[in-house]
Amino acid sequence: MNDHKPILRYNANERSNHWIVAILFVMAGLSGLALFHPALFWLSHLFGGGPWTRILHPFLGVAMFVFFLGLVLRFWRANFITANDRLWLRRVDRVMRNEEEGVPPIGKYNAGQKLLFWTLLLCMLVLLVSGVVIWRAWFSQYFDIGAIRLATLLHALAAFVLILSIIVHIYAGIWIKGSVGAMLHGSVSRAWARKHHELWYREVTGDKTPGNHGRKEG
Amino acid sequence: MAQQDIIARSATTTVPSSVRQQQEVAKLIDTTKCIGCKACQVACSEWNELRDEVGHNHGTYDNPQDLTAETWTLMRFTEHERDDGNLEWLIRKDGCMHCAEPGCLKACPSPGAIIKHANGIVDFNQDHCIGCGYCITGCPFNIPRISQKDHKAYKCSLCSDRVAVGLEPACVKTCPTGAIVFGSKDEMKVHADERIVDLKSRGFDKAGLYDPDGVGGTHVMYVLHHADTPKLYAGLPDQPVISPLVGLWKGIGKPLGLLAMGAAVLAGFFHYVRVGPQRVEEDEQPAPGDGSVHPVDPSVHVYDPTKPGGQGGPRP
Repeated sequence: MNDHKPILRYNANERSNHWIVAILFVMAGLSGLALFHPALFWLSHLFGGGPWTRILHPFLGVAMFVFFLGLVLRFWRANFITANDRLWLRRVDRVMRNEEEGVPPIGKYNAGQKLLFWTLLLCMLVLLVSGVVIWRAWFSQYFDIGAIRLATLLHALAAFVLILSIIVHIYAGIWIKGSVGAMLHGSVSRAWARKHHELWYREVTGDKTPGNHGRKEG
Repeated sequence: MAQQDIIARSATTTVPSSVRQQQEVAKLIDTTKCIGCKACQVACSEWNELRDEVGHNHGTYDNPQDLTAETWTLMRFTEHERDDGNLEWLIRKDGCMHCAEPGCLKACPSPGAIIKHANGIVDFNQDHCIGCGYCITGCPFNIPRISQKDHKAYKCSLCSDRVAVGLEPACVKTCPTGAIVFGSKDEMKVHADERIVDLKSRGFDKAGLYDPDGVGGTHVMYVLHHADTPKLYAGLPDQPVISPLVGLWKGIGKPLGLLAMGAAVLAGFFHYVRVGPQRVEEDEQPAPGDGSVHPVDPSVHVYDPTKPGGQGGPRP
């Protein structure tokens, strides 16, 4: 067995799609935060001033949603919550302490990643719908003031949850060494796959021996 | 010229330049004296150099149909049938109420685009306006409008330029019946009280002053014959308040949201400091814990003297 050949985790299209969404998220997020709190209004200078921030933000948001749909179509099947995931979630405290004893082996995504996926999808949907309602230049005239006020609040709330989720997502990338590489150049080492996504590793390598490296139990 | 009489400034968390003291002013609109001549509308467009597009008649005297970025005040006509079968023609001059607690200012994200002067006037500074329309979302009276020409928000300024130099607003100056008067807020309340006594003596038991507490009082006030039901006057809100949704969004939500995001970043940092990263040992140190077996360079061959030629194969 060639134990040193890396495993492809994300192909070039998947990686490009992810980073397009990431760039659009940063731009939509910074322009949105500029309008959320006075302490962050200076961020509007990154976009050419207040009016340009107001003009660009919704277009950035819609583009982010469209490309995020691309990610959803690519990855939704791998994100169904299973019984195994519930056990993982009950033992998430061990995961947080970098302990591996009693943490069930997982497939391509762990329960945290799957919850992130569905949270992002929900936030994106709320942001899109509420964002259309409060888009003054085109759509607000079709909605009454009650709907606009509710949409404004929901938009801020969904953006808040989305930003918090992405902070967790980015930190997980910093914390779990090797995962950023998977999204940058596409591949992970076999050892990485075994350690973090053992069921997925067995699936892609055809390795039938459970726990063949004798560490999960140790 | 620097402004030194600003007591509230949009999207500003420090004290604005507010060293100058001024008496609070108010415009009092007596709906019971209004004849609906629209001279105030004309005076407003004259003084402020506003020329709205000519619209269409939709079967009412309201002309134009609604407030716009170029129509800052508008007479709204209501035909009200009383319980005794008599018709009342209720005419209300609509426009910015200049709230003591302005919903527009609370919602505005752009520093200095909306300011409140010490005399109570709430003014838009279009130079700082970014055109997001949050002021419309925040306003309990549905007043600000975004211009389709420059995408800035506009509304009645209470002729802040005239008031600053000791003149009354243009609409007040022109009103032929004295239905609109202007002065200090205290004087206007006294004047309103006199009007209300008069109205009550003439059978309007419910006459009263409209100066709603829900927005801290207003610097445009109405004398109404039916102060118990302001709704009659083309939907004047009975109890105007800044919507709780807007309050949540631009009140408590704003600082708490920012705090939580900052806390999440800090939590990540300290998790890294205390628990540390997850590394895969095999990636850090190739072939760990198996030091007894070394792959041998296949160029090293074993010499076996017993074999013919002396040269053996590669080491097994």
